[in-house]
Amino acid sequence: MEEVMVVGGGPAGLCAAIESARYGVKVILIDENDMPGGQLFKQIHRFFGSAQHRAGIRGYDIGNSLLSESEKLGVRVLLNTVVWGIFQDNFLGIKTEKETKILQAKKIVVGTGALENPLAFPGWTLPGVMGAGAAQTMMNIQRVLPGKRILMIGSGNVGLIVSYQLLQAGAKVVALVEALPKISGYLVHAAKISRAGVQILTSHTIVKADGKGEVKKAVIAKIDENFKMIKGTEKEIKVDLVCIAVGLRPLDELCWMAGCQFTYIPSLGGFIPLHSRDMETTVSGIYVAGDVSGIEEASTAIEEGKLAGIAIAESLGYISKKEAEEKKELSWESLRELRLGSFGEGRQKTKDLILKQYNSLHKM
Amino acid sequence: MKDLRIKKHPILGEAKFGKKITIFVDGKKFSAYEGEMIASALYAKGIRKLRATSKFKEPRGIFCAIGRCTDCVMTVNGVPNIRTCITPVQSGMRVKTQKGLGKWKK
Amino acid sequence: MKKKIFTQDYYKNFPGYPSKERLAKARVVVIECVQDIPCNPCETICPRKAIVVGKPITNLPRLIEENCTGCGRCIPICPGLAVFVVNNNYNDKESTISLPYEFLPLPEKGEEVIALNREGEKVCRAKVISVLDPEKNNRTAVITIAVPKEYSGEVRGIRLIRKNP
Ligand SMILES: Cc1cc2nc3c(=O)[nH]c(=O)nc-3n(C[C@H](O)[C@H](O)[C@H](O)COP(=O)(O)OP(=O)(O)OC[C@H]3O[C@@H](n4cnc5c(N)ncnc54)[C@H](O)[C@@H]3O)c2cc1C
Ligand code: SF4
Ligand code: SF4
Ligand code: FES
Repeated sequence: MEEVMVVGGGPAGLCAAIESARYGVKVILIDENDMPGGQLFKQIHRFFGSAQHRAGIRGYDIGNSLLSESEKLGVRVLLNTVVWGIFQDNFLGIKTEKETKILQAKKIVVGTGALENPLAFPGWTLPGVMGAGAAQTMMNIQRVLPGKRILMIGSGNVGLIVSYQLLQAGAKVVALVEALPKISGYLVHAAKISRAGVQILTSHTIVKADGKGEVKKAVIAKIDENFKMIKGTEKEIKVDLVCIAVGLRPLDELCWMAGCQFTYIPSLGGFIPLHSRDMETTVSGIYVAGDVSGIEEASTAIEEGKLAGIAIAESLGYISKKEAEEKKELSWESLRELRLGSFGEGRQKTKDLILKQYNSLHKM
Repeated sequence: MKDLRIKKHPILGEAKFGKKITIFVDGKKFSAYEGEMIASALYAKGIRKLRATSKFKEPRGIFCAIGRCTDCVMTVNGVPNIRTCITPVQSGMRVKTQKGLGKWKK
Repeated sequence: MKKKIFTQDYYKNFPGYPSKERLAKARVVVIECVQDIPCNPCETICPRKAIVVGKPITNLPRLIEENCTGCGRCIPICPGLAVFVVNNNYNDKESTISLPYEFLPLPEKGEEVIALNREGEKVCRAKVISVLDPEKNNRTAVITIAVPKEYSGEVRGIRLIRKNP
């Protein structure tokens, strides 16, 4: 039996692995890609935060420093490997390039991240309509420009940041439409693309994407406060790519299979596995961290991963309860700080709610 | 000819493409670089339609680019339903636009 | 028609925006950071303690304008690219604006470019006074341009005139 298996090598999984390995736990980290890092290597912008949260550092630099730390600590990494199931008694089904096998671990951390939500409109299945994350993967990892003239849908941070990155890659973002009457992401990100010439159209939506066999144009229109299209405001724009950035949802299939209990919180992305302050789910020995435990940010994913890692080292007897508590307190404090302000306090409230539900289950 | 590869980037710097190789796309010779995924190599040259759906023959192309949605599946070396966004090119590889669920080569 | 969101009138009421008097006097930082995001590298990097975020970290950055020398160190560190330096004392007719820039190609010293307002609209022509090497600041360049004085509150971006190669 393995000691700890971490599923997903994003910031959450990496930090869970690093933190438990730091105290001597033997960890295996599994990721389906040919390199760990998750979303971090697509994030070529500087992150917000304070000095201790690596503020002003670009996402991929954070990724690189986490990778070298995990190497130094001797975390074993299985790449190009998919975990396709978690079963009773902590058995995992894994598929490598060559074989399929079943392994068992004393503790499992699920850090599988998130999936982009699709948005259906006439023409949305045409080649030339893709998720904003897909566009980001293409330009920043594959180094192929996904389009020359782009319509972005959604003004959350993903829509704003990917628009900026499209400009950096050499594309023109013709417009960004947002159904709500105001921009939903950070205004500093919006200001960046605005001064670079991107029209941000609030109370607007896409009517259709069009073209023979692939996107050649799109129609956008104004909508009223009930999100109904206002007739006569349709406008055709010439674009070759429509990017969808309308939110993410936790990639939580493994938690469902494992029998974790869930709660439904739309603002965190939908169904969220209930978890304790130590990030343990309702199935003993299975932990969650990062976007899978509620869509937030890399900075929070890092702290949640650490918490899981410390808690695991503690419960396997590698560190004392006292030491663990001290370490955990630092992460809890960081999380409190990261969840402040009008963008964060909602997340803090829902995370508190999750904890309450978890605790009420565990009193029984 | 059009090439959408991003050679210089303000943040990521100069791109390092692998060795130039030849693959076959619907029977025609096609250049790609080692290390690239099939779908992005095709996309770079403007080939965005990768398959047609079985019932309505609708075109499909890259949608998620991380191997989850299966919109990009093609027939590769005779094997149908290969997710080309996460499958790297290999010298001499035969890639075919897939119709419907595709057919296994006998 | 599109409603303008990003205007000088909007920004000037925030605590990172210098007073009219201070702007008129000499080179000074202009911080256009307007929401309670958990972020503070601008505060950390300033050698003169001219920017205060404090605790909680979601406070808006507040400018202590008498401390600022307009050195510009805080420009490239800001993840929001929301920090600029304006010098209204450059010469009789022109002011300079230093701004972060992360696109290719980079303009060159002496080059004429188009100065843009916060909505990406052309304001006037501008001359590039200096270009700080992006390699020194983890790939964020700092460009200083000169524009007619009356536009120093409006101009926040540039577009190159020469065609992309
Ligand atoms: C455009 C954009 C901009 C962003 N900007 C910021 C920012 O400025 N600051 C910030 O803090 N955050 C930012 N984020 C958010 C941040 O990237 C995510 O919150 C963070 O990456 C979540 O980390 P994670 O470890 O939970 O998941 P991920 O990073 O998604 O990692 C999950 C990993 O698990 C792998 N995986 C999933 N399932 C399996 C399986 N079954 N078997 C094997 N491997 C599997 C995935 O392939 C992936 O590699 C941004 C996100 C986007 C999309
Ligand atoms: S310009 Fe220099 S002195 Fe002024 S706030 Fe920025 S770092 Fe401090
Ligand atoms: S560094 Fe930039 S985004 Fe962060 S608080 Fe300072 S001005 Fe705002
Ligand atoms: S584009 Fe979604 S699986 Fe390839």
